Amino acid sequence: MKKNKHLGENINDDPITHDLDRRDFLKRMGGGLLITFSLNDYPLLFGGELQEDEKTDMNAYLRIGQDGRVSLYTGKIEMGQGVITSLGQMLADELDVHYDSIDIFMGDTDICPWDEGTYGSLTTRVFGPLLRAAGAEARATLMQMAAEYLSIPADRLDVRDGIVTAKEVKEKRVSYGTLTSGKEIVKRLEEKPALKKPSEFRFMGQPMLRTDAREKVTGEAKYAGDIQLPGMRYARILRPRSYFSKLISVDTSGAESMEGVEVVRDGDLVAVLHELPDMADIAISKVKAEYETKDPDVNDQSIFEHLVKSGTGKRVIDEGGDLEVGLQHSSQVFEMEYLDGYVAHAPIENHTATAMMEDGVMKIWASTQTPYPARTDVAELLGMPEEKVHIMQIFVGGGFGGKIYNQQILEVARLVKLTGKPIQVVWTRREEFFYDRLRPAAVVRIKSGINDSGKISLWDYDVFFAGSRGAKQYYEIPNHKTVSSSTEMGEPDAHMFYTGAWRAPAHNTNTFARESQIEIMAAAAGIDPLDFRLRQLKDAKYINVLKMVADKFGWTPAKGPSGRGYGIACGRDTGTTVGMMAEVEVDKTTGHVQVKRVVVAMDMGLVVNPQGATIQAEGCINMGLGYALGEDIRFEGGKMLTRNFDSYDITRFSWTPEKIEVLLVDAQDEPPHGGGEPAIICMGGVVANAIFDATGARLYQMPMTPERVLEAMAMANT
Amino acid sequence: MIETIQFNLNGDPAELAVDPDLTLMWVLRTSFGLTGTKFGCGLGFCGSCTIMLDNEPVRSCMLTIGDIGGKKVLTIEGLAQNGSLHPLQKAFMENDALQCGYCTPGMIMNAYGLLLKNPEPSSKEIIEGMEDNLCRCGTYNRIIEAIQSASKEMKREAAI
Ligand code: FES
Ligand code: FES
Repeated sequence: MKKNKHLGENINDDPITHDLDRRDFLKRMGGGLLITFSLNDYPLLFGGELQEDEKTDMNAYLRIGQDGRVSLYTGKIEMGQGVITSLGQMLADELDVHYDSIDIFMGDTDICPWDEGTYGSLTTRVFGPLLRAAGAEARATLMQMAAEYLSIPADRLDVRDGIVTAKEVKEKRVSYGTLTSGKEIVKRLEEKPALKKPSEFRFMGQPMLRTDAREKVTGEAKYAGDIQLPGMRYARILRPRSYFSKLISVDTSGAESMEGVEVVRDGDLVAVLHELPDMADIAISKVKAEYETKDPDVNDQSIFEHLVKSGTGKRVIDEGGDLEVGLQHSSQVFEMEYLDGYVAHAPIENHTATAMMEDGVMKIWASTQTPYPARTDVAELLGMPEEKVHIMQIFVGGGFGGKIYNQQILEVARLVKLTGKPIQVVWTRREEFFYDRLRPAAVVRIKSGINDSGKISLWDYDVFFAGSRGAKQYYEIPNHKTVSSSTEMGEPDAHMFYTGAWRAPAHNTNTFARESQIEIMAAAAGIDPLDFRLRQLKDAKYINVLKMVADKFGWTPAKGPSGRGYGIACGRDTGTTVGMMAEVEVDKTTGHVQVKRVVVAMDMGLVVNPQGATIQAEGCINMGLGYALGEDIRFEGGKMLTRNFDSYDITRFSWTPEKIEVLLVDAQDEPPHGGGEPAIICMGGVVANAIFDATGARLYQMPMTPERVLEAMAMANT
Repeated sequence: MIETIQFNLNGDPAELAVDPDLTLMWVLRTSFGLTGTKFGCGLGFCGSCTIMLDNEPVRSCMLTIGDIGGKKVLTIEGLAQNGSLHPLQKAFMENDALQCGYCTPGMIMNAYGLLLKNPEPSSKEIIEGMEDNLCRCGTYNRIIEAIQSASKEMKREAAI
C-alpha cells in the first residue's frame, strides 16, 4: 500500500482489506444510493491525485435509503468524545437533510468498512472533511436525479430536509427517498466537490446535545460487560506477580474441586470459568502457582536515573543556528531537569470483552478503540479467516489511548475457542493497572539562555523516553536543538512495564518542561511571563490565542512570582493551537494546590460542534489536573504497587476548578483540527507556573503532590 | 448455603434463591439483568456501582445479596416512572453531564440520594456529597450544574 504523507505520523500503513462487493451490499441493505470513500482520498480535498487501487478505496460509506433515511457506516467508534454527534452534523449540512434523519453505525466489523482505529483526534480532523465531501457528492447526484425527475434544471431547484423543490413552482417536489427508490446506484468519491460555505451551515457550528445521552442516563446503554449470553461463563485468568515472573508450576486442584468451576489450561494460559463472577474470583484464589521472578533493581524513585542511562539512542527532531554561538550570546544560562512519572489511562470501564462462537463465527463485543486490528489479531491467533471473526458495535467506557491494544479480546477469544462456551473477561482494577500501557516515565533536560534584552538566545533540549510529539519548540530562538532520546535500536526496553499512547502522547511531558523553562527565564529577566512569551513569538495563531485568553482571564502584567497564583502555558497539538491561563491557591502549611479557575483559548480550525469541543476541552482540563497533581504509578521492579483508586489519585469533584472557560477561535474556512487532546497538554505547565507565581517555589517533577510542593517551598526559602 | 432472599426491587417485590454471600452488584447484573449498575473498581473507591438501599446511596460492590433481605433497592433502571425520566436524568442530558457515560448511572444514583437528604444543596455540599464518585472523562463541573438544575426542577414539581 502506498504511504499517505498527508495523514501524519499517527497513521500506520496496515493493508486495508475488505471483500465487500458494493452492489451486493446495496442489495442486502435494500437499494438506494451508496457513496464510498476512503482515508486515501484525503489528498483529493487538496487537489491531489486519487489512488487507482480498487482494493483500498473504501473506508466508509453512506447510503440514502428508499425511506429517505441516511445511514453512515464507519469503523470509527464512540467512546465519549461525541463524534457520533459531530459526524451527523457534517453529513446533515452537506446533504441538506435533517440531523434527525441520520443513522450512524460505528465499529461493527461486519457492516462497517475497515478502519485503523479511533485515536489521535483523527475522526473530526481527517475523517470529517472526507465525510463532508461524500455528503456533497451524494447531494450533487441526487440533485441531478431530481432535475431529470422533475424536468427542471438543477440550478432552479432547492433542497431542504431531503425534499427537492422547484424554486418557482413550489408544488413540483420530490424526496430523496422517492429518487432512490428501486435504484441501486453505487458511486465513489472522485472529484473534489464544492462544500458548503460556513454561511450555509445549518447544523455545523451549532451546539448540539449528544445523541447517545438518553441511553446513558437510563442505564440502557450497553457496554461490553453488559452483554449477557445464555450459558455465559465469567473467566478469571491466573496472573503473574511481576512482569519478570516465569511460571514454574501450578496446582489447580483446589479450584477444580469447586462445584461448577471449569479450569482451562493451555500453555501459559491458566483460567477458571464459572457462571457467577464471585465464584470465579474464589476459584482463581485457590489456584496455587509458583514463579521464578527476577525483578530488576529499579523502582519509581530510581527510574529517572535508569532512563537517562538507557537513553543513548538520540534523534534530532529540530535544530537551527549554532548552540555554541547561542551560549556566547547568553548573559544568563539555565540548566534544568524535569521529571515525569508513569501515568495510567484508568478509564472507569476496565478492559472487557464478551464472546461466543455461533455458526463458526467468533462474535466479540469488546471495549476497544481498534475493532479492525483486533479482528486481524484474533484471526491470526486462532488461525481463522478474518470473515469468521466479528467484532460488534458497543459503547466504550473511556479509552484515552489505552484501549488500542486488545489483550482482553485475545484472551476471551482464546478461551471461547478452547471451551466452545460463551465467555466474558472483565479485568479487575488491579489487572487494569498491571496491564495498562502506561504513559512512559520521562526526563527532560534543558539548557537555555537569555541575552540582556530579554530574548531567548539558546535552547538545547533533550527529552528522554516521553517521545517527540510536542518536543519541538515554537518560539523564535536563533540557536536551538531538540533531541528525543530512547534506547538504541536492538537494545531491550528500558521500562519495567508496557508503555503506550496516553491522550496526547509525549505532549504533556514536553509542554510541562518547555513552559516551565520559559517562565524560569522570564522571572530571571524580570519580565512579565506573558510579555516575555510575546517577545519571542511570531506565529500569529499563538499570539492570538494568548491575547484572547489574557483578555478573558483579566491578566495584568507583573513579573513572577507575583503572589497572585497565576500561570500560563501554550502549545499546539494535532493542529490546534492552545493558550491557557490558570489561577491556583496553595495552602502553605499542607502544600495542597487548589486550581480555582482555568481559561483556555483554542484555534482548532472549523469547529463542527462548539458544544462538543467545549466539553472535550473541559474534560481535558479536569483529566489533566490528575496527571499534574496526583497520578503516579508506584512500582518495585516488575511489581505494580498501584492497584486501585485508593492509591492512584485521579481528579475528583473537589479538585475541579470552580470556573472553566473555553474560548474557540472561529476559523470556519479552515479544515477542522484535533479536539479530543489539545487542551490537556498545558495542564502540567500551567499549574507549575501558577504554583511558582503563588509561592516562588519551582516544581520540577510531576505529579506536583503536596509533599513535593512543600519540599519546593522549603528549597525556595533557603 | 442457598437462601431465599426477598426484597423490593425498583418498586416490585423480588425473590431469589441464592448464596447470600454473593456480591450484590454482580447479582443485580447477572440474575436480574440490571446492567446499568456498573463495575469499576470492586472495592468501593469509584462509585460506578452506586444504588439506593432503603433511601441511602450505597456501593453495591461492597454489599452481599444477603444484606438486602426485606429492604428496598432502587437501581438506575427504576428511576424513570412510566417512561418519563427523573428530573436528574433530564438534567444530566440537558447539561451534557456525561461523555463516555460509564460513571453516569452511579453519579445519578448518588445524586438522587444526596437530594433526598438535602433537596437544595449548595455547590460545596454537592462536591462533598459526590466526592467519592469518579469520572475519568472529567465531567464534574457539568454534573454539579445538572444536580443544581434538577434540584430546582424537583422543587418546582413539588410545588405543583
Ligand atoms: S465498583 Fe463499586 S465503588 Fe467501584
Ligand atoms: S463520563 Fe466517562 S467516566 Fe464519567
